Amino acid sequence: MDLAPETLKKIESLFPKYPDKRSLTLPLCHLVQEDQGYLSDEAMKWIAAKLEIEPMKVLEVVSFYPMFRRKPIGKVHVKVCRTLSCALNGAYKTCEKLEEALACSRGGTSEDGNYTIEFVECIADCGKGPVVQVDDRLYENCTPDQLEDLIARIKEAAANGAEKVNHAAPEPGTPAYKG
Amino acid sequence: MAIQERRIIYKHVDEPGYTADIDCYMRHGGYEVLKQALQAKPEDLCKEVFDSGLTGRGGAGFPTGMKWKFLDRKSGKPIYLVCNADESEPGTFKDRQIIYQDPHQLIEGMAISAYAIQAKQAFIYIRGEFINGARILENAIEEARAKGFIGEDIGGSGYSCDIVVHRGAGAYICGEETGLIESLEGKRGYPRIKPPYFPAVLGLYQCPTIVNNVETLAQVKHIIQMGGTEFAKIGVKGDTGTHIFGVSGHVQKPGYYEVEAGSATFGELLYDLCGGPLPGRKFKALIPGGSSTKILRFGERFTGKHPNTGEPFDWGVEDIPLDAISLRACGTFLGTGGAIVMDDSTDMMEAIANLMAFYGHESCGQCTPCREGSLWLNKMTTRMCSGRARTEDVDLMKNIADQIEGRTICAHGEAVAWPTQSHYNKFKDEYLDKIARQGDGRGRYNPNGYPLI
Ligand SMILES: Cc1cc2nc3c(=O)[nH]c(=O)nc-3n(C[C@H](O)[C@H](O)[C@H](O)COP(=O)(O)O)c2cc1C
Ligand code: SF4
Ligand code: FES
Repeated sequence: MDLAPETLKKIESLFPKYPDKRSLTLPLCHLVQEDQGYLSDEAMKWIAAKLEIEPMKVLEVVSFYPMFRRKPIGKVHVKVCRTLSCALNGAYKTCEKLEEALACSRGGTSEDGNYTIEFVECIADCGKGPVVQVDDRLYENCTPDQLEDLIARIKEAAANGAEKVNHAAPEPGTPAYKG
Repeated sequence: MAIQERRIIYKHVDEPGYTADIDCYMRHGGYEVLKQALQAKPEDLCKEVFDSGLTGRGGAGFPTGMKWKFLDRKSGKPIYLVCNADESEPGTFKDRQIIYQDPHQLIEGMAISAYAIQAKQAFIYIRGEFINGARILENAIEEARAKGFIGEDIGGSGYSCDIVVHRGAGAYICGEETGLIESLEGKRGYPRIKPPYFPAVLGLYQCPTIVNNVETLAQVKHIIQMGGTEFAKIGVKGDTGTHIFGVSGHVQKPGYYEVEAGSATFGELLYDLCGGPLPGRKFKALIPGGSSTKILRFGERFTGKHPNTGEPFDWGVEDIPLDAISLRACGTFLGTGGAIVMDDSTDMMEAIANLMAFYGHESCGQCTPCREGSLWLNKMTTRMCSGRARTEDVDLMKNIADQIEGRTICAHGEAVAWPTQSHYNKFKDEYLDKIARQGDGRGRYNPNGYPLI
């Protein structure tokens, strides 16, 4: 396992915070996934060894939680909320239009490897639906008739990786700060 | 305008110039209540919370002071405090604003609550999608630690408690408090059976644990500031304080509005604060408090004797007062206050299919009625919208829902059953009408609104 030094440092810093090592399963899965892009068999074994638990206990967690994945995805991860409040304002059409614009079908990765589009359940911003989460950034009021900006931002992100994980807390007043 | 917001929790939300850092919070009087609370005896603080009549804001509405009383203090095991920041009930987006815009209000509320229950350690379980929210909270905790408001020897009182931010990973069921505890222990979020696993007795690591919602813990700060009996004067008998209504769906001005319990009606909320229906449309249905609460139909009448006043009432949806007691009298719940509004462009069969897709996806799979029932309902309602509905499907839906309710480990079973049963009771005719039209060979039939499935 080739983890970045910062990831390893973060992992070590978590141990004193919990009374029980197994509690670190979700935090470690998050950190390793952020570092590697997904959770390979090797990664799950590494986590299990680190926590001194059976690999099955890690697999059991990884297969239960929708945010963990066992395969790599596109450079930019686009999650469209499909639950009722967003759907009432057009989320299904929004998703269709994004699929078209990015040549990527729902649940899959585009051929150029740039995008993965997923339908997700309510992400707790229902008053500003439809909402679309692009990597760590949340875009609000993405109604099917106003998607030009969003599509441009997504394409830009694929070109320069601008929306990728950033471990600092966002600055107040910036778009990231709002969600 | 009859309706007025009363912002206590949301006092600084969206205030220009207000920022999430500790300096701004302290300029606005932050952490003064904690300093004052540390001078009091923990049991006196618990009594204030009990006297306040505060009910939990996570959906179930259980009295907070009562929950704290159930804590097993005899076992001598460490006590844990867990803040439920999972905010996963569809239609709910109230805790987000506290976390992102005023995180120190939550930290202060938690520090006071932890001291009051004498917790050894506290956790914030935050949904995985709030990734920036988790960073904001971690930052806020470090700021508070630097000033001695959290960590070792808080405010020189000799009491120590740390807060750890723990991210979930996209599973709705981890909002259920025992599923949350399992998840925090590093497992699948399988809810535990109660009894015996009442968290206050056998919670995190089998130790006594209090799980409270973000807003509930923030409310505690204001209770200690104003005193339990003063707080109890806000609102109505049995439902004190303010409620945050997060309105989404088909209104002119969706958003969040903090209102004193019972001080106004749904009509005033939806027309005066939310600007009424979209141009040319009419309200059709309202889910009052998150997607699991029973739906109300505009045009239906609610009658009975009000439990608080003993007076007879005869209300339409618009007349229902914004409090938990009145909503219960109308056969539904205030829940999380996440109100989803649908207008006459909405196809109700698609609306229920949308929700069943949610619940089918989110059942943890431990109990047969919920696992199978929610999947059947999901498949059935999706098929019904695709143009292949049969008349008998409508009764079958209700039948499946009836067999789930009351037969499961956790309330996810009710969360599937209640929307289905209430839709059946209120929109059965529309379903049958749609099925008849599909019979013309037109296939999918949804003439007006957006597709919902
Ligand atoms: C399926 C299900 C999902 C839930 N999701 C949440 C949630 O996202 N946030 C929350 O605070 N409570 C949620 N609850 C309620 C919790 O189980 C629990 O009652 C609550 O955290 C207690 O806090 P309170 O007393 O402060 O309301 C959920 C309950 C169920 C049955
Ligand atoms: S009711 Fe559903 S979600 Fe709850 S424990 Fe049973 S299967 Fe899991
Ligand atoms: S329904 Fe989309 S954010 Fe809640």
